[in-house]
Amino acid sequence: MFFIAGFGAIAGAVGVVMLRDPFYAVLALVAHLLSLAVLFLLLRAEFVAAVQVVVYAGAVMVLYVFVVAYVGGREEPIGELLRGRGPAGAQLRLGAAILSGALLVELLIALLGTGLKAVSGDGAPYAPGPRTFGTPAYIGQLLLTRFLLVFEAASFLLLIAAVGAVVLARRRGGIEEDGDMNGRVLTPLDLVRPRETGTMAEGVGARK
Amino acid sequence: MSIGWYLAVSAIVFALGAAGVMVRRNPLVVLLCLELMLNGANLSLVAFSRMWGNGDGQIFALIVMTVAACEVCIGLGMVVAIYRRKLPIDVDELRELQG
Repeated sequence: MFFIAGFGAIAGAVGVVMLRDPFYAVLALVAHLLSLAVLFLLLRAEFVAAVQVVVYAGAVMVLYVFVVAYVGGREEPIGELLRGRGPAGAQLRLGAAILSGALLVELLIALLGTGLKAVSGDGAPYAPGPRTFGTPAYIGQLLLTRFLLVFEAASFLLLIAAVGAVVLARRRGGIEEDGDMNGRVLTPLDLVRPRETGTMAEGVGARK
Repeated sequence: MSIGWYLAVSAIVFALGAAGVMVRRNPLVVLLCLELMLNGANLSLVAFSRMWGNGDGQIFALIVMTVAACEVCIGLGMVVAIYRRKLPIDVDELRELQG
């Protein structure tokens, strides 16, 4: 089971990096996230696995699919991807590949080589029960007692990110100039509501 | 199954994500590769949490997911803003901040 899920995770990651079309890259990432959730289940992290499937592979990836469909992800020609632009681009890409290979070797040494005595083990003993390791009750208790400050900081960060996304993707104002609106292509959204709505719904409609 | 295997998978996923961030040019795919790196880190956090029989690593993994969601939110907002201004969606072309 581990090898199936691990192979799925690595294959999904390779797909994200290699596939030309951003839409297929998003689908490969969904496959990667699902097999990673299986790995989390094997590690007795039930709640984290559930959150991974529902929030990550569900909500966040739907947002990605919307934006890819909206932006209409242009395909990068694979030859151009490999060659880069001229010799300098090719050298940069080769350097990037070498750098990431070195990073992989370093990580493997750091994770497996040095701490092998401490790492190689089947983990702590585990007894099934309603409030044992990894269940929602356990996670919730930790999150609301010991990690309460972290929890509040995370919620505040989410609020800031939501406001920031609305400001960034707003139809008018923000970092966009008004002069750009004149030459803009008319979309179906413009027909169903006035263009100068300045509300939150503007930002929500603009995300699609 | 030994914890070492999980750590190896997480290292491979992290390195693949780093390679993708450096190689790809579409900012959407760069964001996807950032997700890959965060997920590699998450997997090793959960593996260490299992190793010690302690829930702290899982809490940290959840917080990392929150940070990833925020990053996706802001990043996609920027991509949409770039698209609105009819700029090329290509990180090699968008180098006004490079100085």
